[in-house]
Amino acid sequence: MSATIEGAGGARYIFPEADCSRIPYGMYRDPAIYALEQQRIFHGPVWNYLALEAEIPNPGDFRVVAVGDTPVIVDRAKDGSLHAMVNRCAHRGSIVQRSLHGNARVHTCCYHQWSFDLTGKLVGIPFQRGVNGKGGLPTDFDKSCHNLQVLKVESLNGVIFGTFSDEALPLREFLGPLFTHQVERLFSKPVRVLGYQRQRIFGNWKLYTDNLRDPNHGGLLHMFQITFGIARLSGTGGAKMDEDGKHNLSWAAQGGRPAEEADKPDAGYGDTGRGDMNIKLRDPSLLRYHKEFPDELTLAISSVFPGACFQQIGNTLAVRQIRTRSADEFDIVSTFFGYADDDEFMARHRLRKANLAGPAGLVSMEDGEAVELVHRAIVRDADQHSVVEFGGRGPVRDQENLISDVPMRGFWMHYCRLMGITPGATLPVAAE
Amino acid sequence: MSMSATQTDLRHAVYDLLETYGRLLDEDRLEDWVELFAEDCRYEIVSRENREQNLPLSLMLCDNKDMLRDRIMSLREANIYNLHRDCHVIGLIRVEAGERLAASAPYALFQSTPEGDSRLFSVGRYGLELVAAGERLAIRSLLVVVDTGAIPTLLATPI
Repeated sequence: MSATIEGAGGARYIFPEADCSRIPYGMYRDPAIYALEQQRIFHGPVWNYLALEAEIPNPGDFRVVAVGDTPVIVDRAKDGSLHAMVNRCAHRGSIVQRSLHGNARVHTCCYHQWSFDLTGKLVGIPFQRGVNGKGGLPTDFDKSCHNLQVLKVESLNGVIFGTFSDEALPLREFLGPLFTHQVERLFSKPVRVLGYQRQRIFGNWKLYTDNLRDPNHGGLLHMFQITFGIARLSGTGGAKMDEDGKHNLSWAAQGGRPAEEADKPDAGYGDTGRGDMNIKLRDPSLLRYHKEFPDELTLAISSVFPGACFQQIGNTLAVRQIRTRSADEFDIVSTFFGYADDDEFMARHRLRKANLAGPAGLVSMEDGEAVELVHRAIVRDADQHSVVEFGGRGPVRDQENLISDVPMRGFWMHYCRLMGITPGATLPVAAE
Repeated sequence: MSMSATQTDLRHAVYDLLETYGRLLDEDRLEDWVELFAEDCRYEIVSRENREQNLPLSLMLCDNKDMLRDRIMSLREANIYNLHRDCHVIGLIRVEAGERLAASAPYALFQSTPEGDSRLFSVGRYGLELVAAGERLAIRSLLVVVDTGAIPTLLATPI
């Protein structure tokens, strides 16, 4: 039988298959689903990427970020400890910290000047006792009950995560060994933040998390590397997941296609007119990869549930954070970084290579368009379904090739667990 | 165009260049647009957010003309992006003719879909360094500082 969502809005969408190989369109468009996600996913038993320690190196340093659509301040207290708190005054609910970043002794709300220390504790209320015994707060008003709402914070090699939930597993267990390793791999030494990129996409945020877990689209939608003869969908790569299937590593390794095939069109593309590369870049220096990790990975994109992504595209390193705005809109905020010990050549190379990623990225710009195309077309027929069968049906397993969207199903199966949805009734026999 | 030209001549030449710049982009004549740049050139789009924090990351960086040509070739041959037409509205131009010829101007860039929906895509400021190229001026470097740092949808065609 099929599962439904209870609660907000009552019974809703049907996942006809237990393996999430069908996703109802309504899951991407319904504001009630969106509201429930904020509670059960972003405020649920997960660790959300918040910021890098390198962004707030000194006591008092802070940055304003978001978890889902909840505004959050991340800062470093006087003793060097890291803190995260909801950027919402305990008095009237106003944004407290209006600057995107900076250094502060306390966070003071401009509305009535309530101030909170760097741990979120309410420390100052002007005219609390009124004037000459008149006005002010009641004498039994207890300041200690009006701190900023705090998140639990953990840092892994300088990468700060936060959770609203007491039920979240410890960070390393939540990440699992593979993704702990991937974060440690990218942050094995001190980093230097190179800058930010922001992209506002007019579509549902899960269309983007789907996209991140769909290696199959890479060589079909993003044609830069294929047009210019650098990579192929038939190249060496694949997808690996954690035990739950909620996180995904899309990877490709040095080597790619065998050299003898480098100039041949790829038969797999059929008559699409794609995969036929006889065009050369005039300045291919952009594409060179200077090996800097002990392994052979040239592409390693770890998508960590729910909304973070740790990215190595050659020598382009970045963390992407999804900040939802509504069922119909989200931002991708990317923090690009290099290493503190990059020499001048590598520093310049990373900045040039940043052309490949982000909203103007030669190999990534298409995602914004693809998400919006889907979002626009699924406005009606909320009970019809998206099809997810590349790489087979049934249980979610690591994929040793790129012609797969199995990790997408891994995301949805975990998502359904947190949302309280039981997809399908009978698990189909796994395709061999 | 020589640097000894009168201030008025220079000003006219800069105005002509920026008028051509916006029009070629609006008419999707991207290959012709590239030819407004000198052989030794730089084109960079950077967010005000990064600029103000002295962070070096761009949104788009072509530090030679071949990279610029590759960008355009990629748009033509490889990339898929939102179908749109551009409309550049370039504001009052400041010309600074010192040892080097520099100019700056605010811009607003609107995008319209084939169905005629228009939206404000980007506002910001151009900062140019210009050199003489025969009878006209060529762009030695162009730094586009975008205020609209949250790029709507994606950034494919140059600003």
